[in-house]
Amino acid sequence: MSTSTRLVASFEYLDDCVNAIGELRKAGFSPRKDLAAYASYPEHHIEDAMGYGQSPVRVFTLVGGLTGTATGFALPTFASLDWPLITGGKPVLSMPAYVIPAFELTILFGALSTVVGLFILSRLPQTGPRVVYDPEFTSGRYGVQVDATGARLEEARTILQKHQPADLREGPNA
Amino acid sequence: MSNTTLTEAQRRGALTHPDLPQHSQVNRDILKVLSRPGGGWWALFGLAIVGVGIFLASWGWQIYRGIGVSGLTSPVGWGAYITTFVFWVGIAHSGTLISAILFLFRAPWRQSVYRLAEAMTVFAVMTAGLFPLIHVGRVWHAYWLIPYPNQRYLWPNFRSPLVWDVFAVTTYFTVSAVFFYLGTIPDLAAARDQATGIRKKFYSFVSLGWKGSDREWHHFGKAYIFLAALATPLVLSVHSVVSWDFAMGIVPGWHATIFAPYFVAGAIFSGVAMVITLAVPLRKVFGLEAYFTTKHFDALSKLVLLTSLIVLYAYLTEFFMAWYSGEPPERQMFWNRLFGDYWWATWTMLVCNGFVPIMLWFKRIRHSIPALFVISIFINIGMWFERYVIIVTSLSHEYEPFAWGMYRPSIIEMGILVGSFGWFSFWFLLFTRLLPPVAIAELKEVIPPAMRGKSKEVEA
Repeated sequence: MSTSTRLVASFEYLDDCVNAIGELRKAGFSPRKDLAAYASYPEHHIEDAMGYGQSPVRVFTLVGGLTGTATGFALPTFASLDWPLITGGKPVLSMPAYVIPAFELTILFGALSTVVGLFILSRLPQTGPRVVYDPEFTSGRYGVQVDATGARLEEARTILQKHQPADLREGPNA
Repeated sequence: MSNTTLTEAQRRGALTHPDLPQHSQVNRDILKVLSRPGGGWWALFGLAIVGVGIFLASWGWQIYRGIGVSGLTSPVGWGAYITTFVFWVGIAHSGTLISAILFLFRAPWRQSVYRLAEAMTVFAVMTAGLFPLIHVGRVWHAYWLIPYPNQRYLWPNFRSPLVWDVFAVTTYFTVSAVFFYLGTIPDLAAARDQATGIRKKFYSFVSLGWKGSDREWHHFGKAYIFLAALATPLVLSVHSVVSWDFAMGIVPGWHATIFAPYFVAGAIFSGVAMVITLAVPLRKVFGLEAYFTTKHFDALSKLVLLTSLIVLYAYLTEFFMAWYSGEPPERQMFWNRLFGDYWWATWTMLVCNGFVPIMLWFKRIRHSIPALFVISIFINIGMWFERYVIIVTSLSHEYEPFAWGMYRPSIIEMGILVGSFGWFSFWFLLFTRLLPPVAIAELKEVIPPAMRGKSKEVEA
């Protein structure tokens, strides 16, 4: 991996960027392994061009939420059995009342595990220096990144050049 | 290049921003705010610091002398502190409404205001969360609220709405803070990419190395939808739980099933009014008129109008049910509210929340920003008095005439109330200087992308 070169092209126009991704994929570059794209906002055309399916974040949400529900019932149940407060001869466990902690913990655990899932899946936080990057990506430009070596690198460069990038940067793929 | 291409959001009827033809323009306009502390900002910040000083001095004196420095005594054990707690929790609600519920419903006008509303939520919950600690008096024992194994073998009573409140409010604070932070990450990266020096270090750290890559956006989009879907029932539950602090008690004027929806509507009502109160000076001070247009204020004021009608309906239902129940304690309670010792508080509430918003039926008022600002202030005052009326009139006038009594907030309670606005403003003003106050990335979704071709769609 560390021997390949990274090409990053910045485009002023969205259609140029999407067409470049399409052509690179046709040329056999794998969208997940060799390619990446940049945009300053969630752009569905780029996502479609990169061929994404369903994000596995939802599994984290579901597992976290269910863990929260279980915890939310288990904690009051355990606490009430550990220190029984018998009022009016009613049962020690008041399930209707426990619905509220269970509900709140479902939300809490679900939300937190969604964030954990997001961080794991999108490889955040990244502390290392960004080797090849255009600061305009967070402003208005669209970017396409290719990792390749030798003849494939030249092929990618030709394709990127064809779509008139505003900038084409190159550097080692760290 | 062609600007006639429509984004998906615009085809759904999103508000266009005709003054903003380019994506990079949004970055320039919003990030400019972060680098320019004007004299007005410093003046407000100074005022906020004074408020924080009053807050800390009043609370410090109460901690030193004890809860007796407040006006709380039998029969009114809940007074201005709990009123202000409910007030700030209520303010918090519209932020999540705008950022989560209107996100799921794809409301076309939320992009400009939601960052502001979300920040308001986080800081309002931070303010509200202090009030139970202030109210319990011996604040060094406040951690007893949290269920944890201890050597006294004690656990909180999970049948108590006060314990539910601990769960609801801490969850609400955590989730809204996480939701808020997550939404700002792409914008913090935008701030990083144009900052220099120490500011660049700060934004590099807080933006977690966000690059805007396809992988990041893909998972971010899904995570954001799930967080919105989780925050939606949460926002409805939190003020319901707060209302059960009252409704679970058998005090006349409290023990009613209408309380949860009544409180949630009131919370959204006060919160949206507060968004208007904050957005009007913000757009003026930072020159963001192109982002907060009359269309946005029109949409916000329609939301205020709708919730004011729900709140007015709830007031009338309460009065009607008190009469219809035939219960003497209920009847005397509502008679007492209108014509008793606290008549002035009740009428302030009715006028500010029920009658002043009627003006919003007129388009001319909805399109006049000074008028909206004034109305929103009336609503803020009215909603504080609503909680005051509910809490104080009920407790001061329960079943037994020999246990009736009057409550008047002490100077310390007034100081903490006034100071809480300083505390809130302190954080809010810091927010306007450190974080992009308008969601840069989301706004770009409603601005047509730059295209070389003339085609309406990208061939992909």
